[in-house]
Amino acid sequence: MTETLQNLYLGFSVALTPNILMYAFVGCVIGTLVGVLPGVGPLAGISLLLPVSFGLNATSAIVLLAGIYYGAMYGGSTTSILMRIPGEAASVMTCIDGYAMTRNGRAGPALAIAAVGSYIAGTISVVALMFLAPPLASFALRFGPPEYFTLLLLGLLALAYMSGGSMLKALAMAVLGLLFGMIGIDPMTGFSRFSFGLVELGDGLGVVPVAVGLFGLSEILLTAGQPTAPAVTKPRLRELLPSREEWHDSVWPIGRGTVLGFLIGIIPGSAHIISSFVSYALERRISKHPERFGQGAIEGVAGPESANNSATSGAFVPMLALGVPSGPIPAVMMAAMMVHGISPGPLLISQQPELFWGFIASMYVGNVVLLILNLPLVGLFVNLLRVPYPLLHPGILMFCVLGVYAVNGSVVDVGIMTLMGALGYLLRKFDFETAPVVLGLVLAPMMEMSFRQSLSMSSGSYSIFITRPIALTLLTVGLALLLSSVISFGMRKADWRRRLGFAGAKD
Amino acid sequence: MTIDRISGGALVIFSLLVIWQGSALPLGTFRQPGPAYIPILLALLLLIVGAFIAATGTRAPKFSSIGWGERRHAVAILGVCVVAVFGIERLGYRLTLVLVLSFLFKIVERRGWLLSASLAFVLAFGSFFLFYTLLRVPLPQGPFGF
Repeated sequence: MTETLQNLYLGFSVALTPNILMYAFVGCVIGTLVGVLPGVGPLAGISLLLPVSFGLNATSAIVLLAGIYYGAMYGGSTTSILMRIPGEAASVMTCIDGYAMTRNGRAGPALAIAAVGSYIAGTISVVALMFLAPPLASFALRFGPPEYFTLLLLGLLALAYMSGGSMLKALAMAVLGLLFGMIGIDPMTGFSRFSFGLVELGDGLGVVPVAVGLFGLSEILLTAGQPTAPAVTKPRLRELLPSREEWHDSVWPIGRGTVLGFLIGIIPGSAHIISSFVSYALERRISKHPERFGQGAIEGVAGPESANNSATSGAFVPMLALGVPSGPIPAVMMAAMMVHGISPGPLLISQQPELFWGFIASMYVGNVVLLILNLPLVGLFVNLLRVPYPLLHPGILMFCVLGVYAVNGSVVDVGIMTLMGALGYLLRKFDFETAPVVLGLVLAPMMEMSFRQSLSMSSGSYSIFITRPIALTLLTVGLALLLSSVISFGMRKADWRRRLGFAGAKD
Repeated sequence: MTIDRISGGALVIFSLLVIWQGSALPLGTFRQPGPAYIPILLALLLLIVGAFIAATGTRAPKFSSIGWGERRHAVAILGVCVVAVFGIERLGYRLTLVLVLSFLFKIVERRGWLLSASLAFVLAFGSFFLFYTLLRVPLPQGPFGF
């Protein structure tokens, strides 16, 4: 405990330097704008701004990108509440009751509860991250290739299991992502695989062009036909204060959303999206008046908003402690750290304490900055939505091209982005999720390497995956998830998503 | 025809293509996998999953139920990206961006000439100034110094 507090003191001494403070602030502002703009989610936002961080030192870069991440989570709620347009996917659930509150003339309290809930959840989950990551990192030092392989396998199975749609389709997308990750030179034999003579593909497909294509460009393709900007409600500052009853009704949903979001955040998958869905379903399930949901229940705003912000911190736990990204956003963050010569993993905390604890402390600072930014400046941010989409989307497209080109200075990456944009457009038309593709792409090289290293260690015996206790445990959990889905599919039973009310939540 | 039947079929075809391409590489053995081992294993898994999606997709929405109202914009935007791929290093960042943005504003979004040209110019030169000059991100200049 004392050691943690000492480390946190070290972190704050880094995070409160004017330089880092400025990057946290800039990241939060950009993130909020990214969250407000439909079509540019946190993943595309981080990917696009990755080149900007190249000129910074590692701590500044990661603080800037993290600021964009949780700023986008805050910003997404604003458009959901005021216009029923989710700025990013995790805010979909906030649309339902948030917008209903706006129609009932309670937009201000909805925004205030979303901001306060996000602040509380963000702060508490950083405390949990602070206490959980170091012991997990120490434990992870016992991991060898078999443990890493089974952990990654479990991650992909959990991702498919937790996906909001069909598990089969999520699994197909994860495998597709793994296949994309096979492109390039095989690190163990030097053979060039599926690169079709293109030298630029020797290192494989980059995460950034794939992520920007699948998320940013495909969203532009789907929404570009929108004719005019929708009407924007702009609440005044004095209308923001919730009533005593609204505060009372929000306390427990915020608490439950925080715990739920953090736990789901640790599990691989699109944590922030899933957590808001599960939180909404949970609040509706345990409410004494479930009929209020959809009509402007403040619990339907407080729970999901707290959960998606808490999941943001939870997602950093496996990334920082194990070096394993739990979703596409931590994967891009990890790529950014690698650009700066930092390998996230068990040794990060002991070898680079300034970076780790500075990052943790900057998250506290970022949450305060966002609370200050979001409430008084909400009117300013929503003005952006008055710009007609036909004038906005060419600008977003320009940033996609610029951001992707600037990572490696390669037009091949812009070509990959274009192909992935078309693929993402079609996949979404055909009801497939695109997040597992990015996660599969990132995990593929690690997974293949640890699999083949494991077999080299055991002279080709597959028993290495069941004779080591940690690997066996992880494998058993993964198989249990797979089995439970197969059984529920075979018996045509409603699975956990429907039981929690996902289908009804879409009303 | 349902969307799951079509997408499942597409996944099966894609996995067969991967297996065909992967067959040119050494497969290795069960105990000592070669460079083609994992890709072919994954392609087989995708083939099975794709076949399952197609086989169980009888109750999925019909292909005809998908709306394609935005296709004109989508094709134009993808075309613009292809032009950017070929133009950005030949014509330079600013000139390419002025051309593609003018096309999007004027032809696709049917805005006035003055507005289209001004927005394209401001966005292309403004982003170049921000990223190249201020943030020192290298961007191509092209033969005309643009």
